[in-house]
Order: sequence, then structure tokens, then C-alpha cells
Amino acid sequence: MLGFILRRVLQSILVLLVVGLVAFSMFRFVGDPIDNMLGQERTQADIERLRTQLGLDQPFPVQYWRFLEGAVQGNFGVSYRQGRPVAEIIAERAPATLELAAVSGLFAILGGIALGVFTAIRRDGIASNVIMTVSLIGVSLPTFLIGILLIYIFSVELDMLPSFGRGETVDLGWWTTGFLTESGLRALILPAITLGLYQMTLIMRLVRAEMLEVLRQDYIRFARARGLKERAVNFRHALKNTLVPVITVTGLQLGSIIAFAIITETVFQWPGVGLLFINAIQFVDIPVMAAYLMLISVMFVAINLIVDLLYFAIDPRLRDERAAAG
Amino acid sequence: MAELPIEEPKAERPQSGLSRFWASDFAWKFRRSPVAVTSFAVVLLLVLSAVFAPLISPYDPFNPASLNLMNGFTPPMEPNAFTGDEFWLGTDDQGRDVFSTILYGMRISLFVGFAAVLFAMVLGVSLGLIAGYVGGWTETIIMRVADVQLTFPAILVAMLIFGIAKGFTPIEYRDQMAIWVLIIAIGLSDWVQFARVVRGATLVEKNKEYVQAARLIGRSGPAIMMRHILPNVLSPVLVIATISLALAIIAEATLSFLGVGAPPTQPSLGTLIRIGQGFLFSGEWWILFFPAVTLLALALSVNLLGDWLRDALNPRLK
Repeated sequence: MLGFILRRVLQSILVLLVVGLVAFSMFRFVGDPIDNMLGQERTQADIERLRTQLGLDQPFPVQYWRFLEGAVQGNFGVSYRQGRPVAEIIAERAPATLELAAVSGLFAILGGIALGVFTAIRRDGIASNVIMTVSLIGVSLPTFLIGILLIYIFSVELDMLPSFGRGETVDLGWWTTGFLTESGLRALILPAITLGLYQMTLIMRLVRAEMLEVLRQDYIRFARARGLKERAVNFRHALKNTLVPVITVTGLQLGSIIAFAIITETVFQWPGVGLLFINAIQFVDIPVMAAYLMLISVMFVAINLIVDLLYFAIDPRLRDERAAAG
Repeated sequence: MAELPIEEPKAERPQSGLSRFWASDFAWKFRRSPVAVTSFAVVLLLVLSAVFAPLISPYDPFNPASLNLMNGFTPPMEPNAFTGDEFWLGTDDQGRDVFSTILYGMRISLFVGFAAVLFAMVLGVSLGLIAGYVGGWTETIIMRVADVQLTFPAILVAMLIFGIAKGFTPIEYRDQMAIWVLIIAIGLSDWVQFARVVRGATLVEKNKEYVQAARLIGRSGPAIMMRHILPNVLSPVLVIATISLALAIIAEATLSFLGVGAPPTQPSLGTLIRIGQGFLFSGEWWILFFPAVTLLALALSVNLLGDWLRDALNPRLK
């Protein structure tokens, strides 16, 4: 088991090194950093000085190593567009994205499991069929159209919820939160639904399929025969045994939520990291792009690693097999 | 004989390719499925109207000479208050006919979609064939790269590639090159599916007798891959290509909507939706609504067609 964990961790580090190389190459080869930093009036001496100062006269591997050193310490250089350290800008924007992702993740998991169990238990009911059909349409709709549709219904027609921004936020010094004010909470509703809807339908369909599979098993029949209540059978015996694939998919979807936040943040002008990234692409702000790439890779790799290890911890059968195999 | 079509011998006399296709299992399944027929009809209609956009569209939305700013914001099916001109689906802020911009926008969307899938398919199928047939280190490297790329959502990969490629393009060419950059970005983000499936199928095929026979008579590796293995792994590729097309169309629309895709000078459906979103609050719903519905119809029907194709060609893929 230790060997397995070690191998997975090593693999993850390798992936990060490769992504780091991509990010570094962006820095180094897309446009000339010297050009980007010096103005029109420059002398050859200025150029040489900056070149030495930035370490651009060093061999490639040395430069790469320095970049990695900087990246590990959270130093990604200065944004070409805003002229401020990238780390500072990202730290300022991160709370907005993380709060949005957390709320939509919660919405997707709770909604998905609840609807999945419901549609599995009443598999032939009218409500279940309606939910399944609607979910099919929901999966085919592009995220940004769902967002626009929600804005049209709840902001334009009903005038109930705000269509852009975070509302009022409370500054806790190192974190700005929208959870503590009414307008902040109201502003969260539409973006969170937009972002979480796809993941919710995915989790729902998975839970439903797994539940239908499990409900056919002998031990469920046996539990029923013992006279256990339906509730106990459905939740204690059936749902529990569907959780392994659900946890895997949910974990992997967490990464997608962060990535798809880019779209949702643009639709709702949510001042998060995703909107920052899109603006960076539009203006070819390489340091911000590279930093975002590194950050999101760390997140994805970490999530994958945790899911793999969790898998291991949850399902004792896997543990024994792998341990037996070496 | 006409009353008992079942007893009709299948291929008594040599038939033309078309009628043989009509009599095939595949065509029979197709005719039996209303979903398949409908979605195919919708796709065909949309593709044809995009191809013949210059002939069909009542106005040329990109010719400044034919535009009249007075025609701006004309609602659908109502004569304009100043000029009296009528537009089926209304006009946008610059007086461009929405119906015509949709036709031209669909051209861009479909072109990018088809080209990106073609690119992804060629790349993925070649790499998959090589990985499966050659094996060893080559296989390890190709499949590792595929695994790493699969960790990230395709749309994110496409955005990054778009951003990097944009950085490499000189500023004065950025708008002109945007469409090609978009095709490369979406194509590169989508090759993994093809490579994985083709590699899997190749691993199965390469140990079969006909491949061994080809090897025995001394055919070269590339010839065996292209002439013998490739035709036998194509049917899952076709299914993935159709589903990829729907995904590519949506990816293109998403990127253009976010402002990192087709430029305003060559608007795709996504760009049109981006423009239309600005008028959502001022009541000009048609500028947003019609492009959005067109995009939906296109993506949904290609998707349904892909699903049907998967079930019809290879139920095991489900």
C-alpha cells in the first residue's frame, strides 16, 4: 500500500513538473519579456542589465529551476497589464471563486444524491420521468446559455435576483466573504445554480444507476425479508454501497467546477479568478496565464491524488487486492 | 415478391452503391428511428443553409454599403419605424439583419467545428495507431501525455492553447488568424478520445490472423497500420467524431462567447450571443434569442445523431 501511495505521489509531482515546464516556456518564449518590461526609450546597456537581472543569460535548465523556486514560493512575477504582482491579484480574487465553487459543489452533491435516490426508488413515477427528461435537456445546454436563461427569468422578468457581481462583501482582512450580507447571499444564488447544474445532473444520473444496480442485490432482498423499514434499506444498505463511484466522480467534478467557473464568472461578471484568467487571455497577459495554469494544475493533481487515496480508504476490497498484489 | 419483402434475396444482381446502402442493416435502422431521421434532417437543413448562406440570406451583413443605421433595433416581422424595411428576425444595433448574421455565423461555427474535429481525428487516430501497433516507449509517452491532458477539462485546455497561440501571433494578424487558432486549440484539446479508442482497438486487431499474414508477406509497418488495421477500427472513430462535433460546436460557441474565440469581424453563433447578451435588459430579446435557439438546435441534433449512431454501430460502446 505504501508503494502505491508513493508511486501516485511521484506521478503527481512529475505531472506538475511538466506543467511547470509549459508555464515557464510561455513566460520565456511567448513575446520577449524584455520588450514587455522596457519602454520605447531603452539603450543596449539597459537591455543587458535587465537580462542579467532577470537571469535570462543563464542556461535554460537554470532558468527553469529558478522559475520553479519562484512558483513554489508563490512568486509569479508582475502582471503585464496591471503592473502588480500576480500573486497579490490572485489572492485578492480567490475568495470569490472559492465561495462560488463551494456553494455550487454543495448544491450539486446534495441535489444530485437526493434526486438520484428519489428517481431510483420511484423509477416509474411521473415525477421521476419528468426529472430524467429535464436532466437530459440540461446536460445538452451549454453552461453560458443556462446562465443567460436564469438571468432572463429571475433578473429581467421577475426582477428577484441580481444578475451580476458579488453584492456587498465583508472584508475579514485576508478574505472577503459574501456569506455575511443579504445582498451577497442573493448574488450567489444564480451563479451557483448555473455552475452546479451540470454536475448535479451528472451525480444524479450516476446515483440513480448505481442505486438501481444495488437494489437488485440479494442482501437488499434479505434486508427487506428481515422486515427492516424501507428507509433503513434504502439509505443504510443501498445508498452506502453506491458511494464509491459517486465519491470518485464527485471528486473529479470538483476540478471541473473550478474550471467551468470561468464561464459562469464571465456570464455573471463575478469578480473571481476565472474572470481574471479570461481577461488575461484577451490581453495576452502571460504571467497571469502562467500563474493560473500552475495553480489550477496543483488543484487538479491534488484532487486526483486525494480521490485515488480515498478510493483506497473507502473500499476495503481494493485495499486487500492491491496489498496482495504488492 | 412485393408482398413478401422478407423473402427477397439480399443481393441477387449487382446493385449500385446507393441502393446497396439503402438495403443495408444500417439504413434500415436509420429509417426506423424517428429521432435519427429528425435530427439528421435538422443537421442537413442547418448545414445546407450555412453553406448556401450568400444565396439564401436576404442581406449581406458584412457589406457596410448595404447597412442602414436607421434600421437598427427593428423588431422581428415589423416594418421599421423610419425606413419601412421588414426583417424576419429583426435587426441588431447596427441595423444588420439577424437572420443573415445567423446564417453567416453558423458558417463560421460549423467550419470551426468540422475542421477542429477533423484535426483532432487525424491526430488522435494516427497517435492511437502508432501507440497500439508500435508499443514500448512510444506507447508509454503518447498515452501518458493523453492521461495528463485528460486530467484537465477540454475547454480549459482549448482556452490555454488559444491564449498561447494568440501570444505568438503578431498583433496585426490576430483577428485574421483567430479562426485558425480556434481550430487548432479545439482540435488539440480533443484528440485524446480518438487516440484511446483507436489504441484499444489496435491492440485487439494486431494479434489477429490477417495482420500476422500481412506481416508474413513482408508488408511494412505503416502499410499494415493504414491499409489493414485502420479500416477495422474506424466505426468507433465515426461515433466519437459525431459526438466530438457537438462538443466542438459548443466549445467554439463558449470560447467566442467568452471573447476568446471568433473576432467581431467574423462573428460565429457564440459571438452573436455575446453581442445579444448586452441587449437582454433593454428589451431587444431577438438579438440574443434567435442565435441561441439556432445554436441549441444545432448542438442538440448533432448530439442526438451521435447517440443514435453509437447505439446503431456499436452497442458495446454504450
